[in-house]
Amino acid sequence: MSGQPILLVRDAHRDYPRSGDPVHAVRGVSLDVTPGEYVAIVGPSGCGKSTLLNLLGAIDRPTTGSVTIGGTAVSTLPDKAATHFRLTNIGFVFQRFYLLPVLTAQENIELPMAEAKVRLTERRERARELLGYVGLAARADHRPAELSGGEQQRVAIARALANRPIVLLADEPTGELDARTGGDVIALFDRLNREGMTIVVVTHDEKLAGAARRVIHMLDGRVIRDEPLLRRA
Amino acid sequence: MRFQLAALSLRRHASRTLLAALGVAVSAAMLLDMVMLATGMRQSFASLLGRNGFTVRVSPRGTLPFDTEATIGQARAATAAISRIPGVTAVAPVLGTTVHVLGGRDAVTAFALGVDPAVQGDYQVLEGVDPVGNALVASDALLRATGARIGDTLDVAVGFDPQLRTYTGRRRVAVSGRARFTYLSADDRAAGLPLATVQAMGGADRADRVSLFMVRTAPNVDPEAARVAIERALPRVTALSTAGAVAEAENRLSYFRQLAFILGAVSLIVGFLLVTTIVTVSVNERIGEIAIMRAIGVSRIHVVEQIVIEGIALSLAGAAVGLVLGVFTARWLNSILRGFPGLPDAIDFFLFQPNSAFRALALLVASGIAAGIYPAWRAASLPISATLREEAVG
Repeated sequence: MSGQPILLVRDAHRDYPRSGDPVHAVRGVSLDVTPGEYVAIVGPSGCGKSTLLNLLGAIDRPTTGSVTIGGTAVSTLPDKAATHFRLTNIGFVFQRFYLLPVLTAQENIELPMAEAKVRLTERRERARELLGYVGLAARADHRPAELSGGEQQRVAIARALANRPIVLLADEPTGELDARTGGDVIALFDRLNREGMTIVVVTHDEKLAGAARRVIHMLDGRVIRDEPLLRRA
Repeated sequence: MRFQLAALSLRRHASRTLLAALGVAVSAAMLLDMVMLATGMRQSFASLLGRNGFTVRVSPRGTLPFDTEATIGQARAATAAISRIPGVTAVAPVLGTTVHVLGGRDAVTAFALGVDPAVQGDYQVLEGVDPVGNALVASDALLRATGARIGDTLDVAVGFDPQLRTYTGRRRVAVSGRARFTYLSADDRAAGLPLATVQAMGGADRADRVSLFMVRTAPNVDPEAARVAIERALPRVTALSTAGAVAEAENRLSYFRQLAFILGAVSLIVGFLLVTTIVTVSVNERIGEIAIMRAIGVSRIHVVEQIVIEGIALSLAGAAVGLVLGVFTARWLNSILRGFPGLPDAIDFFLFQPNSAFRALALLVASGIAAGIYPAWRAASLPISATLREEAVG
């Protein structure tokens, strides 16, 4: 898959103020991600992977440099516009799933659609469709506490897909799962990517990184290696 | 979905929510009671004075009605002079005195009002007829104390000479009726007699004298203007309009209002702090959830709205329960305070006035909204990535 980059990062720095010297979490990262790519960002803990993902997802802003997603310079968007941009263009999956415990699986998936003012009937239908897609149609009315970790993560993936984002960002999505359920998530990401979804994952999980088509290695806030992997059959 | 989320968040810790709502209810009840106390006495006093349409009270110069035993002389001429003032529609002269009902082992002492039954506003006849000549209407307490019934004749005196140990101004008076006295308590022994009878029993000291004139004015006439005209026509009297009397009463009872204001403000602050505490605790527990909502695109204002809705729900539930609790508490306290001897039956310390009550409760709900805004805005404004990182570490 090729074409105009969907994600463009140019000389992005992210510094966190600290008494004494600031922490340089990301130092001059530049990268492009084209539509349909499946990118894994790997590196040791504290190397700036999650910070970079937050910059890519417009939930944080670079101290200097720029981030452009789908042609929109998100690093300069005011908070309200950035929030709306995340709602309609970006799907997030987190290590700890972070489903709202008071809502059922279906309601969790409906939440971003409700925020996007999707009509009730339409969002119900879409939520059921997504639950079916992640193999949890029978668990629609269950609350997160009644689901296993793997099921919760699949609901979180369905929630991330609710508003048909242009890119799916995942931060250690298999970090809290055992090998089998982690494998289910990897398979789900693979399927999504085959269907055209652009995916960027931050991971320590070699299996997940190995499933990606491109792996970016980071160290001390910098990209030290950016390598495409061979496409599997 | 904000309402659903707010309701579910409150249900998540049902017992805490219930206790918080009860706390707000107690605070609301106290606020309501204080509002009722602050306005109740003034309103019920004004309503008491306004009964029967009398708008001006005329008493001896420098005194308030029945504050002293002073009387106004040349009562007939004064009545005529007041009646001539434009706008005055009726003048009711009243002479108050102590009477002794003799005949039993001990004399029964009572308060008697000499009035003109045709225009008086001091009592309502409950049974029997107005007194004419040597007759009286008596309160239930006096009838009980003397054992008299309507139609009986009583031996009544208006004075007692301690040196001679004899009663003076004695007269045999028939009981013509049973009455409720507007400005006296139900336990007061009281009698109403024709003014001429009381004056005659009092001898030369009471001849053509009254304690008070009650003046009725036409509806389109400002009682204050009539009051000024009366004082101008009769320099030896003090005239007091109902508004003036209420202001005077308010002045004398200002400590009640101050107490009510302070306790009401304390209740409001307690309610505010309670909602703030509960909402803050609830928000702090959900910092991660709030950060995730923000991350997936829920706007800051919607997060704030959801949390403020929780504050409003707590305040509304508390206000609703507090309304019921406050009314019951007020009734109970009112019954205690009305037991004070000598208070007119019609005086209420706690008067429920829907407008004041709902304004007070609206203030409480508004404070509940304000209480939710700060913690909500603070939570919704936390940096998302840093919060998620801390939550992940935590």
